[in-house]
Amino acid sequence: MDYTPHKNICQTEAGYLTVRYYRFIHKKALFIAALCLLILVSIGIAASVGSADVSFGDVYASLLSKIFPETVESSWVADICLWKLRFPRIFMGLFAGIALGTAGCAMQGALKNPLADPYMLGIASAAGFGAAIAIIFGTGFFAGKYLIVGNAFLFSLMAAAIIIAISEKKNGSAEAMILTGVAVMFFFQALTTFVEYFADAEAVKGAMFWMVGDLGKTRWEDFYFVIPIVGVLVPLLIWKSWDLNIIGTGDESAKSLGINVKRFRILIMVASSLLVSGVVCFVGAIGFIGLISPHICRLIIGGDNRFLIPASGLMGAVFLIISDSIARTLLSPVIVPVGVVTAFLGVPFFLYLIMYRREYC
Amino acid sequence: MRLSIDGVTLSYASVPVLHGISMEFCEPGVIGIIGPNGAGKSTLLRCINQILTPKSGTVCLDGKKTRDMDTVEIARNFGYVPQEFPLTFQATVFDTVLMGRRPFSSWKVNREDVEIAGAALKLLNLEEVALRYHSELSGGQQQRVLIARALAQQSRVLLLDEPTSKLDIRNQLEVMDIIRSLAEERELLSILVIHDLNLASRYADRLIMLKEGKIYAAGDPTSVLTQENIRAVYGVEAAVVLEDNLPHIIPKRPI
Repeated sequence: MDYTPHKNICQTEAGYLTVRYYRFIHKKALFIAALCLLILVSIGIAASVGSADVSFGDVYASLLSKIFPETVESSWVADICLWKLRFPRIFMGLFAGIALGTAGCAMQGALKNPLADPYMLGIASAAGFGAAIAIIFGTGFFAGKYLIVGNAFLFSLMAAAIIIAISEKKNGSAEAMILTGVAVMFFFQALTTFVEYFADAEAVKGAMFWMVGDLGKTRWEDFYFVIPIVGVLVPLLIWKSWDLNIIGTGDESAKSLGINVKRFRILIMVASSLLVSGVVCFVGAIGFIGLISPHICRLIIGGDNRFLIPASGLMGAVFLIISDSIARTLLSPVIVPVGVVTAFLGVPFFLYLIMYRREYC
Repeated sequence: MRLSIDGVTLSYASVPVLHGISMEFCEPGVIGIIGPNGAGKSTLLRCINQILTPKSGTVCLDGKKTRDMDTVEIARNFGYVPQEFPLTFQATVFDTVLMGRRPFSSWKVNREDVEIAGAALKLLNLEEVALRYHSELSGGQQQRVLIARALAQQSRVLLLDEPTSKLDIRNQLEVMDIIRSLAEERELLSILVIHDLNLASRYADRLIMLKEGKIYAAGDPTSVLTQENIRAVYGVEAAVVLEDNLPHIIPKRPI
């Protein structure tokens, strides 16, 4: 009856089990590596489609020439097309996809609800209301070019603060967070409809266009804000992924394993909300990424959040970059808002998941 | 090791559930908490590891109040097997047992944690199902997984909330054999809530019989499981016969 570790693990039955377990989880790590590769390929595809003639090779040459200017050459025509027009939206797609996929997965884990995502919890609706006020009335917390972005960001944080404050009173329960989030969503949707009712047609069109989501407005300076938010909060959520697994076994069980459930759930909600707010304020309320990406990955690698969270972020990026390419080329020269494409792709897939999903997916 | 519970009182909303419970354990063994539904058995168990915070009274392990320990320190000292395990995601058996290492690893499990989890699985004969999903196992296997998880915590006290309630008689005996042997060979103090009085009689060193949140009787099975106590606490007329020098209860009718 020995359950202490063995020194030469491969020579014991428990050691053999350990080796089998490592092989098992290495397959999941391999999936994440494959997704990284897929992102590189999708960047190449996304940047090479469009009205200007830029080849797949030109894309990587242009990227590499920035890293190794002495050794790699690229055409200046391709450089202008890529760095002025296509790369900003593609890289925003990359970061926004990572943020939405990661936050969606973390929220689903923390709230133990497969439908939890930034939209169901009203964070995107609040951002939409903030943007609508800025677009329709031209007023907000900030002036100038950050009027819409600043308003969207602060209102989405306000929604998150309401959810967290109320759930905090209810001991950080998942049910309280979900119910408050749904109420907040309906409240901000009603407010948006209310202000749109009094606005002129052009302003309403602008507000509605923003709500659907679009990567086309991206400027390079936006990344000064987006990169730090994604760069800090995504690793934080990955760091907490093991505890998210434990939360999935029930609050009582998690507490017995040393987790302060209330504090942990609030931390995840704050981090996820900030992450979503940080990108939604720039790209609008792009739907379905946070909901679908974790579900796709869960079907492939199971529910272990240690792998699921990074995989969902990467899958979100692939999904958004590909959707944006379709949005740009489907009715070219007209650019369809990417949120429309993600919804068109996401809804049938989501219905498929509901019909054929495995248990717990 | 010395675990003392002193005057623990707890209420749900304004309804009192435990009234000044006091007891003390100084050596390893199996302690059964018995009593009818609503007597406060599970509540008492969850007060011991601070899942529920008592309104008054203290729980001390080796002189240190659990109230003064943080959640990680409590988890290092008290393994817990919950009655319900509402797993909301697909976790393999190995991953579930590995969770028992959480009190020792803040974010990343290391090789030693994996080995300890592997050894706990082996101890409970779960190697064959280690990489299967927890939801695919039978009730008996799931219960063993939870015990393995608590073992991976390497705690000195094991708290088990109705570990045999959903099991057939073979699995009940197997799980109770494991709990018994852990107490003897690993010198664990196992405190379990149990409804089956005959299992309690056979496997527990001491029984605590609760009635309406108070200790009605405490001691070895022979002194606790008497016709009078069963009538008074459960409201059931029962015959008590000795089998292998242990009381065996044959329930007859409610009073």
